Amino acid sequence: MSSHFLHAALSRRHFLSLVGTAATVPRAGFLETSKAYAAEDPILAGRPLVRYPEKTDLILLTSRPPQLETPMKYFEHAITPNEAFYVRYHTFPPPTHIDLSTWRLRLAGLVERPLELSLDDLKSEFSTTRLVAVNQCSGNSRGRSEPRVFGGQWGDGAMGNAEWTGVRLQDLLRRAGVKTGAVEIAFRGFDDPAAPTVPHFAKSLTMSMVADSPDILVAYEMNGQPLPTLNGFPARLVVPGWYSTYWVKHLAEITVLDHDFDSFWMQKAYRIPASPCGCVEPGPTAARTVPINRMKVRSFIISPKEGARVAVGRPVAPKGIAFDGGYGIADVEISADEGSSWRRAVLGRDLGPYSFREWSAPWAPTKRGNFSLLVRAVNRVGESQPFEAAWNPSGYMRNVIEKIRVTAV
Amino acid sequence: MRRTALGLLLIPGIALVLGASAFPQVRSIELPPDNAIAELRPGPGVEVVRANCIACHSTDYIVRQPRSDAKHWEGEVKKMISVYGVPIGEADAKVIVEYLAAVYGPAPANATKEKKPTKSGPKAP
Repeated sequence: MSSHFLHAALSRRHFLSLVGTAATVPRAGFLETSKAYAAEDPILAGRPLVRYPEKTDLILLTSRPPQLETPMKYFEHAITPNEAFYVRYHTFPPPTHIDLSTWRLRLAGLVERPLELSLDDLKSEFSTTRLVAVNQCSGNSRGRSEPRVFGGQWGDGAMGNAEWTGVRLQDLLRRAGVKTGAVEIAFRGFDDPAAPTVPHFAKSLTMSMVADSPDILVAYEMNGQPLPTLNGFPARLVVPGWYSTYWVKHLAEITVLDHDFDSFWMQKAYRIPASPCGCVEPGPTAARTVPINRMKVRSFIISPKEGARVAVGRPVAPKGIAFDGGYGIADVEISADEGSSWRRAVLGRDLGPYSFREWSAPWAPTKRGNFSLLVRAVNRVGESQPFEAAWNPSGYMRNVIEKIRVTAV
Repeated sequence: MRRTALGLLLIPGIALVLGASAFPQVRSIELPPDNAIAELRPGPGVEVVRANCIACHSTDYIVRQPRSDAKHWEGEVKKMISVYGVPIGEADAKVIVEYLAAVYGPAPANATKEKKPTKSGPKAP
């Protein structure tokens, strides 16, 4: 990664986000519903833009527990500003008062030496790792499932890309000394649901997956700043390449287990059909399911926007982003003839295999009329995107080839 | 423009804060109230829905869901009871499902605004 350029770009954003944060904090508690999100998108049209603490105007999906969606304009650049990063909670209330003098990260279970670490300990006693990674909700774009399914009716903005700074999970486990017989590692945040009957949000990864994944982090910074409260302050798990259900926020407990973790959020929720596509024909319940895991390849056209009017003969230069489950993007192509022919896009700076990759492609409409612009990406192991959307009962893992309509005049 | 102006004013303040303490020890935020736009539509049983459902989640969790028939809504109500342990009595559960199926039930066929795939769909390469 060309870190010099990245950091130059980031520090400008840090500054801007500091200004933004300072300006928004006094307005905490103010629900601005006068503005509706002006979108061609039928899923988003009419939803209010709201400003939550430490956040800029985001599209309100639900207020309690909060789910806030990032407007697509923020994906014109590979790095998503902290203040624009989407928010998703499963239970209410999220933590609203966090005292670092009492917060500790505990690592216990099947280990030689249980750990109890303050934020300062994490920063000073372990080597620091930085990586850029996409955090995408399993149900991003669920609102587009056809037939439609229950769940958060997201557009495409339940995703974001940031530079995460933290400590490698493997370093923490090495310090604690994992005993033989470890099967899974469980992760739990300190946010407690208001009702004791509601299953506490907790997730697990298998020991073998963790052993093969040196890039899993306990992250305490996002784009060079402490995490926004609603994105997991003071520390969250970062599982690069995997859907964000595993990126447990407000991390408090890591437990090494000698058995599969028995949590509603692993055994019942966030499961996909055990077929290679993670999909089924609409209707029947899948006979066998597995926990959702690595992200599928996706790509988006961010500019021009859906419904844009463009001039005949003038270069439009569509651009956008692409990402996958951690192999890295090899190619992005666009088509202006419904997929009969494709032209290769120019890829932007490589910020690492887990990051959004910016792309742009030369195109100029040759005649008046309506055009569809399609985009598809392929990753470094040859995985790409389908023409027909795959379906599953929970509306997870959408990665159909995206299409926008523009009119040449 | 407003943000730019504010930013300029705030620069000295930020410098002071950063200079005084490397990292604040306490983080405190206040969450906004529920989204008033997502108020439940009137209908028989709406008070029962309010009494049972909105202690745990805002109404936008209901009104944003796809319009669905009684069978699907019943599945959701049962999930609230069996998974999340919400103590909803049998009689109330029945009223809630009837309300949801009536007020947020399937749209009449001629009013459906669902996007259909274009008739000349993309061709495989």
